[in-house]
Amino acid sequence: MINIPDTLKISLRAIRINKMRSGLTMLGIIIGVGSVIAMLAVGTGASEKIKEQLSSMGTNLLLVLPGSTTSGGLRMGLGSQPTLTKDDADAVLREIPKVQEVAPVLSGAAQVVYGNQNWSTGVYGSTPGIFVVRDLSLIAGRGFTEQDVRSATKVAVLGQTVVTNLFGSANPVGQVIRIKKLPFTVIGVLAEKGQSMQGQDQDDIIYIPVTTAQKKIFGTAFPGMVRNIMVKVRNAEDLNAVETELNNLLRQRHRIGPREDNDFQVRNLADMMQMAEQSARVMTLLLGAIASVSLLVGGIGIMNIMLVSVTERTREIGIRMAVGAKTWDIRLQFIIEALTLSLMGGVIGIVLGIGGATILSALAGWTTVVSPLSILLAFGFSALVGIFFGFYPAYKASLLNPIDALRYE
Amino acid sequence: MALIETKDLYKIYDVGEAPVHALDGVTARIEPGEFVAIMGPSGSGKSTFMNIIGCLDQPTRGQYFLGGIETGRLNRDELAAIRNEKIGFVFQGFNLLPRTSALENVELPMFYRSMPQAERKKKALEALKRLGLAGREHHHPNQLSGGQQQRVAIARALVNDAPLILADEPTGNLDTKNSIEIMELMVRLNRDDHITIVLVTHEYDIAAFSRRIIHFLDGRIVSDEPNIPEKQKREDGAA
Repeated sequence: MINIPDTLKISLRAIRINKMRSGLTMLGIIIGVGSVIAMLAVGTGASEKIKEQLSSMGTNLLLVLPGSTTSGGLRMGLGSQPTLTKDDADAVLREIPKVQEVAPVLSGAAQVVYGNQNWSTGVYGSTPGIFVVRDLSLIAGRGFTEQDVRSATKVAVLGQTVVTNLFGSANPVGQVIRIKKLPFTVIGVLAEKGQSMQGQDQDDIIYIPVTTAQKKIFGTAFPGMVRNIMVKVRNAEDLNAVETELNNLLRQRHRIGPREDNDFQVRNLADMMQMAEQSARVMTLLLGAIASVSLLVGGIGIMNIMLVSVTERTREIGIRMAVGAKTWDIRLQFIIEALTLSLMGGVIGIVLGIGGATILSALAGWTTVVSPLSILLAFGFSALVGIFFGFYPAYKASLLNPIDALRYE
Repeated sequence: MALIETKDLYKIYDVGEAPVHALDGVTARIEPGEFVAIMGPSGSGKSTFMNIIGCLDQPTRGQYFLGGIETGRLNRDELAAIRNEKIGFVFQGFNLLPRTSALENVELPMFYRSMPQAERKKKALEALKRLGLAGREHHHPNQLSGGQQQRVAIARALVNDAPLILADEPTGNLDTKNSIEIMELMVRLNRDDHITIVLVTHEYDIAAFSRRIIHFLDGRIVSDEPNIPEKQKREDGAA
């Protein structure tokens, strides 16, 4: 029977006797654990933020953009040749059953006026589908309807930033604002969405019926033209299949021959998001791995000090053996000593790591998330380090011949 | 049954070309209750013999029976248990744990037989009191005189009620007055508590306290004679 509490007392005494040395040894573990915690917090924070943005964009989205034009050998950018129409959007919803909802968008910047306030913002003409596709929710009033789209009524749904800038704290629903000098009735207010991944304010926006945008605000190069079409797919696993069907359908509708390039392009937003999330995860792992190296170095420090300690205390080991200490009494004494060092270092490191993460998010404005798992991981890891690096010195001590140990000078 | 019985013990060290025979065929018997002094010049093998009968070292060849148990058959941990239960050690250099109180030093052997803390403390306090160390329980070895340190060591040897005390030059680091006090203590332990004592020394004055003197030379026993402790001899030694 080995007496753990008393052995712990012996270890604590040994640590106390060499305060400076124990402190420095612990410092290795403190820095190791602290940086693991802080780095994981930064990494987890980054991917949490990306996830948040992912869901704010709406999920399972495909974006159809007009293609590029070539004029005189000069290739223009995407969207330089408007090719998409609202009819395309309607056809997509009609022809592809896996599509849950579509939203054709015609957008532009416009000056908005209410009373003596004015504000420049993005005006998005779309169909009621946009509320589903972009996962928008209303906090006041209502959204526009198919009826509004058909009759091109002058109604508007406002984002929070627009409300704040035009109305302050007053209720905008039912008020009339002017968009490019035309009067629009405010029928709804959107819930706040925050920033997009590119740092855009997603609340600085006004939605109006797409037909109104086409006919009364922006005008179109040809009837029914829209800037892009957003497509929401029912199931995430159908995204690729729908992408293919979209391509086929639009090629057919735009009468593109087999050897001709598409005059549109389909982008998978979820893929882009997942890639961003993936890279955040890789970054987390990388940061964690780098921090783990310092924890490893801390462990080697423990082993080093324990080896010195065993040598220094050879006589003590001899005395203990002479009065009846068994192999595991000696082993446990040194393992517990190493474990105590590493766990004390681990706990201090966890506290400092959490503190560091908090300071980082306060100073640099990064989102940091200290997950309970990372604390558990760091604690477990430092215990493991203590046992692993404490074992060899303890093993060495336990194999000493009692008489050699007693005679050691 | 003999407490200590050795049969043809050899301890051979391979240093350089010629092996050194620290013990060269030692056969001896020590009965319970004896007080034996082992004498001889340095290098005679007396300390090696002591370490082997203390289960701190193993012979190269030969058998050693302690209380009828052949120690050669035992593993490290079994030997540790024997040292714990059967043998109390008193060393020349005291061998107390540094920076550890007298009380905790005395508690140590009981610690390794997993005795509860309260009982350990009680027995250690009793042992210290008996050796005249009451009031010094919380002193560390460096706060005690040589004689006091040696008495702490004896308390530690006694505390597990071991039937055998092995003392390796116990007075080697002490002045005459303290030496005599320690030896008189040994005599009392042997006489009153019937503890078997085996003592290694190279001083006749010290050996004179014993009742049997074994002489070692070049790894062999050269003489083994009874001794009558005389008060007169002791006083001559002190002068």
